[in-house]
Amino acid sequence: MKPKRIESINDFVIKFANVNGSGSASANELFARSILRMGVPVSPRNIFPSNIQGLPTWYEVRVTEKGWLGRRGGVDLMVAMNPQTWNQDIAEIEPGGYLFYDSTRPLPQSKFRDDINVIGMPLTDICNATYDDSRQRQLFKNIIYVGALAALLDMDAGAIAELIGEQYKGKEKLLKPNLNAMQMGRDYALAHLKCPIGLRVQRADAVGKKIFMEGNSAAALGAVYGGATVCAWYPITPSSSVAEAFERYCKRLRVDPETGKNKFAIVQAEDELASIGMVTGAGWNGARAFTATSGPGISLMTEFIGLAYFAEIPVTVIDVQRGGPSTGMPTRTQQADILSTAYASHGDTKHVLLFPEDPKECFEFTAQALDLADRLQTPVFVMTDLDIGMNTRLCDPLEWDDAKQYDRGKVMSAEELQAGKDFGRYLDLDGDGIPYRTYPGTHPTRGAYFTRGTTKDRYARYSEAGPDYVDNMQRLLKKFETAKTLVPKPLLSAALHPARFGVIYFGSTSPAMAEALDALAAQGIYVNALRVRAFPFQDEIADFVAAHSKVFVIEQNRDAQLKTLLVNEAHINPASLISVLHYDGTPITARFIVKEIAAVTAALNVRPLKKDKAA
Amino acid sequence: MTYLTKPKLHHPTLQKNKVGYTRRDYEGKISTLCAGCGHDSISASIIQACWELDIQPHRVAKLSGIGCSSKTPDYFLGNSHGFNSVHGRMPSVLTGANLANRELIYLGVSGDGDSASIGIGQFAHIMRRGVNLTYILENNGVYGLTKGQFSATADAGSKSKRGVVNRDAPVDTVSLALQLGATYVARSFSGDKKQLVPLIKGAIAHQGAAFIDIVSPCVAFNNHEGSTKSYDYVREHNDSVNRLDFWPTRDAISIDYQAGAVIDVAQHDGSVLRLRKIHPEYDPLDRVKALNYIAEHQAKGELVTGLLYVHPDAEDLHAHLNTVDTPFNQLNARELCPGAAALAKINAALR
Repeated sequence: MKPKRIESINDFVIKFANVNGSGSASANELFARSILRMGVPVSPRNIFPSNIQGLPTWYEVRVTEKGWLGRRGGVDLMVAMNPQTWNQDIAEIEPGGYLFYDSTRPLPQSKFRDDINVIGMPLTDICNATYDDSRQRQLFKNIIYVGALAALLDMDAGAIAELIGEQYKGKEKLLKPNLNAMQMGRDYALAHLKCPIGLRVQRADAVGKKIFMEGNSAAALGAVYGGATVCAWYPITPSSSVAEAFERYCKRLRVDPETGKNKFAIVQAEDELASIGMVTGAGWNGARAFTATSGPGISLMTEFIGLAYFAEIPVTVIDVQRGGPSTGMPTRTQQADILSTAYASHGDTKHVLLFPEDPKECFEFTAQALDLADRLQTPVFVMTDLDIGMNTRLCDPLEWDDAKQYDRGKVMSAEELQAGKDFGRYLDLDGDGIPYRTYPGTHPTRGAYFTRGTTKDRYARYSEAGPDYVDNMQRLLKKFETAKTLVPKPLLSAALHPARFGVIYFGSTSPAMAEALDALAAQGIYVNALRVRAFPFQDEIADFVAAHSKVFVIEQNRDAQLKTLLVNEAHINPASLISVLHYDGTPITARFIVKEIAAVTAALNVRPLKKDKAA
Repeated sequence: MTYLTKPKLHHPTLQKNKVGYTRRDYEGKISTLCAGCGHDSISASIIQACWELDIQPHRVAKLSGIGCSSKTPDYFLGNSHGFNSVHGRMPSVLTGANLANRELIYLGVSGDGDSASIGIGQFAHIMRRGVNLTYILENNGVYGLTKGQFSATADAGSKSKRGVVNRDAPVDTVSLALQLGATYVARSFSGDKKQLVPLIKGAIAHQGAAFIDIVSPCVAFNNHEGSTKSYDYVREHNDSVNRLDFWPTRDAISIDYQAGAVIDVAQHDGSVLRLRKIHPEYDPLDRVKALNYIAEHQAKGELVTGLLYVHPDAEDLHAHLNTVDTPFNQLNARELCPGAAALAKINAALR
């Protein structure tokens, strides 16, 4: 019996199974970008090993005219280029889906499935016949399959050619062979394979002005725009590309054109203890400084984070979260550092966290974090993750207002000191819990102080007296209250109909959540959704929970860390919260969220509104 | 407890330096260390050196880690900003501070526990990077503030006050600094102010990573017979390679020149170090020979002191990073933010 065929235009998932280091990454990205050029949104994801060469790697592209950028789950077309993972790759294809593979070597029938459509193309034979050099054979094989896919999916070959042209502009030696390889693959497929298959890409106008960018690059650019001059870091996946992108952008945007000198300093430190130390020292001395790291790095930094909290030093940390705990899952995503950052360090500490949803917010929040760190004189964490950080994501274009000045916070000048303004480093002059500071070297006789952790009074004099300690700790709490008024507010997506249920989510869950809300509404299940964008939590969050009978809290970790923080810090009754937790290292999907929420609402006997009635 | 306040009254006849400060303007709070502590003598030498160098006190930033030594920056230069940071991590904080404002003078004060045990990594890397600082290691071979445990610089065979003998090999911070690329390396003794003051002055004038290991006996826990960091032991085994004089850039140099016994070393900032060589074969410009010399004398149980190595044209971290002359902490949005037009171009390239 002939297998059924999945038929879909501009809405399917294609997955490339490759061997790490085989040059597939750039070919796969070329494929994804070509679809974008046709005006159809895509959401690609790298699923890669902790390895440079040899281990399996996957690239998953969701083609989605509706713009659902979360991971969908399931595969409609598998491009199986890695014999190592053949069995698992074949198993992953949806019934009625398609398998594209290199048919140079015959495979026994038992290696296939009856319920999928198999498309074989002798890629190795074609390459061997065309190229002598083994490296060329490998690299062009990737471009050849992109050409074949263009034919199979009825894509616009012109869009691919245009991109190849841009990529190899000025490198004619590379341009021609790449174009030829793409064309060769396309021609072969048109001549020998049944084109197109049931999956097709059709020109649309659904991309608009959107940009296609990695979150880590966006965060780095936010640091450039936000005025960071010092970046101290230690390599750790998935955050290393933040520092590398910062260097790249700085070389373009921060070199003084007259002197050729740098308005930035980047130090690859000996470890995370040193990188956060350098950031702390630079912040103490009045420069804007940041580091980028991931969970294990946060663990190493916690002693300094506590000191920066107590000594009230601006510090910005970009935490690109990965699977934890310990040194685990470096190439997988999670939102599992919420508690370890919120309460990082010894003693009573609490820190400001920002939760960007996409590269655009990585840009905005990193720039804003530098302002907040100066304003609040405290560590501020930008809590991104691997899913946002290391995947190219479609998002709105980045924006900047040229009228914006940096908020350097409360820094007492030499003139103010000279005029006799009362300077106490830990003195709350304005009633907002934020004291004034001075930069070292400001005034010959006034404003100098000795920086330490907690052992001090309001004038930074050494004091082990209990009342001085309590006074300081209470002021820090007041400062944290002030932070609530400064951090990004939560955003509400109200359901079309009055809803008993609410959902709270944050960060990279955002695209999957948007899609899930749409799918739930289609089933007649209406929920109001609140996207939390920062800690400390504003009152709106507790009000939102109070306004619903139950609120789902969607998180990508095992222990419901955001829920714990909500219960602890916003004094929310845990009985009103239901956790939806996804933590296997893959990005959360709308399918998962819908299934979990629908199951609970069904169990709670919610009768879905009739679709026609609702409309 | 809080501080004893120190009277601020200055005698009107006190001598002022070229920037109008008396020596007392370089003092800090009253020390809370034990009477007779070597560290207090080092603080006094720092005060003397800064006064003689005509440094404005508030243009110095003092950074330290944790321990007895790391408390001392509160006891000198009271009008300078100080930072009592994290145990063993002064070097990273100082590196960051130095990047933020290249115009200040940076003093890093540390101890042997702080630098040779918990902070040996950061000590190593700040030397490698050539951060422009004066790194003072107040070395007593013992953990004072936690009451007498051995540190990693304690010599093998030395005996603690409680009679415990240290069997671990000692870390020699001077050799380590030399190997790691420090460009001004000296050793001295807290009780030898004549040697120490010019060494500190030379280190401050040096435009790179300057390191001084100062043996500083701990009167409470490490000044007994059996200790190799006691006053008596050091006085008996001290072998000085040279005597240093220091001239800042603006002073005319006029001093007796004895061929073979004196060499002048002009540093990058124009200041001059004049070395009166006590050991004629000693060459402080040769790093490899310096390492051998130290090792040979160490084997004989001799503590070599003086200026052991100087690279007069050293480059610092800012030179390596090619940073602008204006301190980073004075740059504002106009100088740092590329603006909306540049962002529009970036957006366009991402489509």
